[in-house]
Amino acid sequence: MNHWIIAPVLIPALAGMLLLLEVRERHRLRRITGLLSCAAMLATAIFLGDQAWGGEITVYALGNWQAPFGIVLVLDKLSALMLVLTAVLAFPALLYACCGDDRRGANFHALFQFQLMGVNGAFLTGDLFNLFVFFEVLLIASYGLALHGRGPERVKAGLHYVVLNLVGSALFLIALGLIYGTTGTLNMADFAVKAQALTGTDATLLNIAVLMLWVVFGLKAALFPLYFWLPAAYAGATAGVAALFAIMTKVGFYAMVRVYALAFADGPFAGLGQSALWWLALVTLALACVGVLGSKRLGTLVSYLVVMSVGTLVAALAFGQLEALGPALYYLLHSTLICGGLFLLADLIARGRGEVADDLQIGPAILNGGRLSVLFFVAAIAVVGLPPLSGFVGKVALLRSVPDPAYWVLLLVAGLCGLIALSRAGSTLFWRTTGEGSGLRPARRHLVAVLWLLLLSPLMTVYAEPLLQLTTAVADQLRDPDLYLSAVLGGDA
Amino acid sequence: MELLVAIIIGVLVASGVYLCLRARTFPVVMGLTLLSYGVNVFLFAMGGLKMNQVAVVGMSPDPTDPLPQALVLTAIVIGFAMTAFLVVLALRSQGELHNDHVDGKPDDGGRS
Repeated sequence: MNHWIIAPVLIPALAGMLLLLEVRERHRLRRITGLLSCAAMLATAIFLGDQAWGGEITVYALGNWQAPFGIVLVLDKLSALMLVLTAVLAFPALLYACCGDDRRGANFHALFQFQLMGVNGAFLTGDLFNLFVFFEVLLIASYGLALHGRGPERVKAGLHYVVLNLVGSALFLIALGLIYGTTGTLNMADFAVKAQALTGTDATLLNIAVLMLWVVFGLKAALFPLYFWLPAAYAGATAGVAALFAIMTKVGFYAMVRVYALAFADGPFAGLGQSALWWLALVTLALACVGVLGSKRLGTLVSYLVVMSVGTLVAALAFGQLEALGPALYYLLHSTLICGGLFLLADLIARGRGEVADDLQIGPAILNGGRLSVLFFVAAIAVVGLPPLSGFVGKVALLRSVPDPAYWVLLLVAGLCGLIALSRAGSTLFWRTTGEGSGLRPARRHLVAVLWLLLLSPLMTVYAEPLLQLTTAVADQLRDPDLYLSAVLGGDA
Repeated sequence: MELLVAIIIGVLVASGVYLCLRARTFPVVMGLTLLSYGVNVFLFAMGGLKMNQVAVVGMSPDPTDPLPQALVLTAIVIGFAMTAFLVVLALRSQGELHNDHVDGKPDDGGRS
């Protein structure tokens, strides 16, 4: 058995435990441990990605208990892609936090690692209850991280975030109970097979369970009407944490894609809740436009851009053609990295402006604001989807694969709203200034972290063709659930 | 027995949801606790209810399903930890915001 598959879960788990043991005052040691763990994770993720790229789906049976009785970890192209994305995002996010933000509260580094462990585990697991457990791991860590740094705003946003997610967890458990009660299994592959054979009351119960699952995943992904917690929580969080949180909504989206592609792409339950998801995603897009235009702070504006990307992605999934997932995954990579970069950049701008922070009002000029304004310009072009950067490539590919007038109109209007909001924000922040600023100059490590994330957008544009082929290959593997089923359950599935 | 368990779950969840919708943090914490109790009993019942049977295969002719018991144990542990965390968070918000309203605003009957 190939033991490497469990490494993305074990590396952060070990690092997190080490960090709990280390002496609190030795910040240098803790930073090095955290960064080393992130680097190791990146290397492992790329290694696993290379392995998954051959097209083989590798299954790791925990404790060597065979599926469907034991819990399995499954590595296919989609999980590998998400693992690489997490590692690529986590390293600069942690690097940014290592410039002092990590000292504003105890155990930041350990929580960061546990969060990564939960995210990686959620991407790898092939068991629904295990998915719940990893969701809880990442949520518990994220509660701590969201509150990191203290302050009344954070506590208020954190309280809403925690309560909502606890209710979400309760719903998740009810859905799992119904799934186990009707199909007698919690293994995703086994569930996908057994669900097809259900009839009568069991089928109705399963319908309810799956619709509840959509609600839970929708809460994690921040879909209308369950996104109201996101702007406050993300805009309030410390910059490095907010950048890492850019992947959290995508975990919800990933769970939707996984369950949908396995069990509900065809068969008697095909398209369950799909039209609801479609309309909710479109409403999310529309409301995110309003949010982007109405934001009073740059952090809130970026949070609404995250919500916008979620609407875009879920609509592409709910359109019902798994072909659209290829471009959607490209857009997911792009939006996660750029939104992460924008959160970091917003914090740099806030530091540079001193007391006004990232409020979108006239304030002092940023010392040496030239570099930051160029970065902001690049990031804005990328995230809105103007040529020539990756947002444009992603949106064109999405528009071509989702030929629906409502989607076209909303996506283009969303781009326009983003453009208006960001150019207004940019001109307020950089041009309409009063006198010299008293803020802090960015440290070199800050700039490295921001550049790392923002330069990936031009890179993704240059390598757009191979990347799109890659994400299309991921979607192709998803379109054939039999590959997954036979890998997990053995040849007889 | 099924009816009794169903009623218990229903009452627990209904009171949990009602309390969750209150505007003070303490009722919300209580509501979440009741909700998680209801969910735990529900999970426990998901493998089917059997009277006086052990959960070990081979010890009785008709053993009860052991898996829900393992799952509910996990759920209880997670739920308990989360409740503890939420209590601490509620105390923190009381300390920082100087009131126990979930929105951090003093309750003025909607005037502000």
